[in-house]
Amino acid sequence: MRNAFADEITQIAKSDPSVVLLSGDIGNRLFDKYKESNPERFVNCGVAEANMVTMGSGLAMSGMKPVAYTIASFLIYRAFEQIRVDLSYHDAAVLLVGVGGGLSYASNGSTHHTLEDIALMRSLPNMQVICAGDPLEVRAATKAFFNDPKPTYLRIGKKGEAPVHEKALDDFEVGKSICLKRGQSVALLATGNMLPNCSSVTNELEERGISSSLYSFHTVKPLDKECLEEIFAGHQYVITVEEHGRLGGFGSAVAEWLASQKQPGARLLTLGTPDQFLLYTGNQEEARKKCGLDKVGLLEQITDFIGPV
Amino acid sequence: MNSRATTENIDIPEGEFGSLVAIAARIRGRIIQLSHQARTPHLGSSLSFVELLVYLYWDFLKIYPEIVKDPSRDRFVLSKGHGITTLYAVLAERGFFSPELFQNYAQVDSPLPEHPSPRCVPGIEAATGSLGHGLSIATGIALASKMNAIDYNVVCLLSDGECNEGSTWEAALLAPAHNLDNLIAIIDFNKWQATGRSAEITALEPLKEKFEAFGWNSIRIDGHEFRQIKSALATAKKSDKPFAIIADTVKGQGIKMMEDDNNWHYRIPSKEEVDSAFEELGIKSL
Repeated sequence: MRNAFADEITQIAKSDPSVVLLSGDIGNRLFDKYKESNPERFVNCGVAEANMVTMGSGLAMSGMKPVAYTIASFLIYRAFEQIRVDLSYHDAAVLLVGVGGGLSYASNGSTHHTLEDIALMRSLPNMQVICAGDPLEVRAATKAFFNDPKPTYLRIGKKGEAPVHEKALDDFEVGKSICLKRGQSVALLATGNMLPNCSSVTNELEERGISSSLYSFHTVKPLDKECLEEIFAGHQYVITVEEHGRLGGFGSAVAEWLASQKQPGARLLTLGTPDQFLLYTGNQEEARKKCGLDKVGLLEQITDFIGPV
Repeated sequence: MNSRATTENIDIPEGEFGSLVAIAARIRGRIIQLSHQARTPHLGSSLSFVELLVYLYWDFLKIYPEIVKDPSRDRFVLSKGHGITTLYAVLAERGFFSPELFQNYAQVDSPLPEHPSPRCVPGIEAATGSLGHGLSIATGIALASKMNAIDYNVVCLLSDGECNEGSTWEAALLAPAHNLDNLIAIIDFNKWQATGRSAEITALEPLKEKFEAFGWNSIRIDGHEFRQIKSALATAKKSDKPFAIIADTVKGQGIKMMEDDNNWHYRIPSKEEVDSAFEELGIKSL
């Protein structure tokens, strides 16, 4: 995903001189091409996330379109008050790109895990929260920001994720989920880097004779309520899946919406990481296994929820 | 005088600061009146940088109501947002908004909150009040000037207490690395923060040398002396690096009973105290 972002921002900056890329001392070599074509519009802000975010606000106030890029956990947690005051409160259009969202850096330990960021960021007025599910969503979300700049958090994975979508998302809209597969009984709503696992899970459910839908809810805020209405009316079971704690994230957003509905329709299960720090996690796949977010774990929890077919 | 006399800067000859002294007295009167009327704190903090702000707005900064949105205007960022009544008073006096707005200051539906909200009145560049943000905002604005090749100065005024904040020093480290010679930081060094002496709470001194060690040019002045303020800003403008003015000031300056008394960080003046302050300032009404 990060290569897709680097390539996309390099392309966009070629035709938009207001683009400024701020980096928190990461992405060595990743932005070489961007720097070649745009050396004056790249600022390595060093290991100083608070200053980077607020500087971004100052740049946005002065007609620029800044992007602040660093590891998601440091970007959101260290600089949260700066994000709240200088971006959200000022409605300053800065694109925050958090790389390594969720358990991407599982083996680095809980300092590097980002399992509370969606909860924090969606609580901020004026803030859009987008969790990209594959490299094509990264590209489309990046383009969308520059077409209509607003304070935005884009949570991406790391490198090497395979595309899930078959082709470029030319119709991508912030706040409009994407239906990848339409079934009848179970609807899987994936956000961010759980999209590939959810795709395998829906295929497996189909093989077991359970008709399933798959949606990519790349945007957690604003929530695609129109689509949720259709989903809850058209299925028996709805399952949200995110590489994020169960408290306050995408599943919570759907549950909050559901609580206000007169005719809820389908039953809801929200899957995510437990309410605890993850110790001895291993790599991302191993950490997912521990949290039940691998294919086997997801299938177990889903079949347990829907009961015998 | 031409028709824009109210908004054009005064070309002040050396040694003739009498008009500014009178303006500073009026500004102080306004600040004290607002604190009394709305029962808002931070009076001492607001009184310590009156001369600095009067000089900036009457002589140094190219910011007038007519060009308040012009991309080439100079920018002023009040990082110590709790001193906002001083900036409100200056902006009103310079014609950015009507002084009638003061009637409702800090009350329901007022465009003048106790800490400024974004774009609340013309002339407010940033919504400050949370400390340690202003220098980073100013650094971003100064950087945009270089990137866009639009020439303007960015002046940021900070409190000494704000120099406790790590983010202030993050910005101070970055600005010289990008040769932001259009960035001027003024530290309103009134020696007090909310609950104690600022140089005792943290090892703030030697402050000028700290900025120099961070790659800035710096000067230390008496922040109530117009001649020194003028000279420091002229030097700052010629600097090839970001420039820090360490302005030695007195909290509560101008009103004897408030001077260097930190109770006036939070204390609200009574009607009698306002009257006595007006008398001391030599003003009858606003």
